[in-house]
Amino acid sequence: MALLTKKDASLITDPLADNNPITIQVLGICSALAITAELKASIVMAIAVMFVLGLGNVVISLMRNVIPGKIRIIVQLIVVAALVIVVDQVLKAFAYELSKTLSVFVGLIITNCIIMGRFEAFALANGPWRSFLDGIGNSMGYGLILVIVGFFRELLGSGTLLGYKVLGDPITKTGLYATGYENNGFMIIPPAALIVIGIIIWVQRSKNVALIEDN
Amino acid sequence: MLEHVELFFRSIFIDNMIFATFLGMCSYLAVSKKVTTAVGLGAAVIFVLAVTVPLNWLLDQYLLRDGALTWLGPEYADYNLSFLSFILFIATIATMVQLVEIVVEKFSPALYNSLGIFLPLIAVNCAILGGSLFMQSRDIQSLGLAFNYGLSSGIGWFLAILAIAAIREKIRYSNVPPPLRGLGITFIITGLMGIGFQSFGGMLTGGDDAAPAEGTTAGVPTNNEDATAETKVFLTRDDDPISKENAAKLGTTASEPANLSENAKQETEITKDLFNKEKEVSYHEAINK
Repeated sequence: MALLTKKDASLITDPLADNNPITIQVLGICSALAITAELKASIVMAIAVMFVLGLGNVVISLMRNVIPGKIRIIVQLIVVAALVIVVDQVLKAFAYELSKTLSVFVGLIITNCIIMGRFEAFALANGPWRSFLDGIGNSMGYGLILVIVGFFRELLGSGTLLGYKVLGDPITKTGLYATGYENNGFMIIPPAALIVIGIIIWVQRSKNVALIEDN
Repeated sequence: MLEHVELFFRSIFIDNMIFATFLGMCSYLAVSKKVTTAVGLGAAVIFVLAVTVPLNWLLDQYLLRDGALTWLGPEYADYNLSFLSFILFIATIATMVQLVEIVVEKFSPALYNSLGIFLPLIAVNCAILGGSLFMQSRDIQSLGLAFNYGLSSGIGWFLAILAIAAIREKIRYSNVPPPLRGLGITFIITGLMGIGFQSFGGMLTGGDDAAPAEGTTAGVPTNNEDATAETKVFLTRDDDPISKENAAKLGTTASEPANLSENAKQETEITKDLFNKEKEVSYHEAINK
C-alpha cells in the first residue's frame, strides 16, 4: 500500500495553487504581511504555522467526537494557544533576535484565520491522518506565498537575500550598484506587501481564468 | 491629559490597526462589500476592544508580568508567568465575547440584531488579540490609558473598514481588469491607502521618532538607519540662529525642552487640522455612496 493515495496527495497539492489559503480562500492574511520584509522571518513564520496547523489539526481531529458544539471555538483556541506557546518559547530560546523581529506576530498565529478555518472546515469532519495532511498542505500554500513576498521585498528593498548582499554593496558601490542601481525603499514599508500580494493574485488569475470573480 | 490625546491620535492614525500592522485583515476583506455590514462589524470591534484591553491590562499587571504577584506576599516576588499570557488573553477574549453576546441579547434585542451575527466572528479577529498583545509589549502605564488604547484602536479599525467598504461599493462601476476584480484590487487599494496613512507618521513628533515605531512592526534594520538619518536632518534644520540665541540665554539644558514643547504645540494644531480634513473626506465618501 502506498503511503499516499491519490486522494490524499491532492490534500497537499491543492492548497499550493488552485485552493491557496491566502490568494483564494482569503485566510491568514493578518499575520502574513507584516513580517515579510525579510526572507528569513517569512521562512520561520511559515515553519511555525506548519507546526501549529499540522499538530493542531491532528489534536482537534482526535477530539472531534467529544467536543460539545457550543464551546468548540474556545476549545480550539485553547489547543492553538498551547501549541503557539511552545513555538514562542522555542524561538525565544534558540533564535532570540528573530523572536524580537517577529514580536507579537508569533502570538497572533493563535488568531490566524487559516488555523481556525481549517479546524472548522476539515479537522472536525475527518480522521487524524487526513487532517494532518490537510494541515501540512495548507500551511505549505501559506508558506509559499510568504516566501515569494519575502523574496521580492528583501531583494528589491534591501538588495539582500537571507542577509547576504547578492546585488553588491550599496555603500562601496560594487556589483549592480556600480551601474547606478538604487534600492527601492518603498518595498520595505508595510503597505508594499499588500501590493505585492495583489500582483500575485493578478498573475495567478490571469493564468487560471476559472478563478476570476465577478466584482 | 496630553498623553491621552497623543495616544488617541497615535493609535487611530499612525499605528492604525489595518494600515500599519495588518491586524484583522481577514474580516476586513470578507465583510467590506457593503457599508452597512461594515459599520456593524466596526462597531462591534470598537466595543470588544474597549472592554478586553483594560481587562487584559489588569490580568497582565496583577498576575502575569515579572514580579506581578508581589501583592500576594514577598515570597511570590520572583514569579514570572508572562509565558501564559497568550492562553489567558485569548480565554478572556473568548469568554468576554460570549458574555457580551448573552447580555446584549437579554437587554437590547435591537442592538443584538444589528451586532449579533458579528460577535462570534470577533473572538477570532486578530485585531482583538493584537490589541491586547500590543498593549503588553508597548508597556501601557495605567488602566485609563489601556481603555483609551483599546477604544482608539477600535475607532481606527472602524474608519479603515468604513473607507474600504465605501470604495468597494463605488468600484463596482469601474472597469477593472478581470483577473484583478474582487480580491486583487482590494489588496492594491488597501496598499495605496496604507501608503497614504504612512504620511501621518510625522504628525505628532515632527518625524523624529515616528520611524522607529514602524521599525518595531517591520523589524527591518535599514528602517532604523533611515530614522537616525532623519533625526539628524531634523536637528540640523531646527538649529536656526534664534534657537541658538535662546540656548545661549537659557543655557542648553533649559532651552531644549522649551523648544520641544513649542514644537509639540504646533504639531497638535496640525493634528487637529488633519483630523478635520480626514473627517470631511470620510463624510464625503459616505454622502457620495
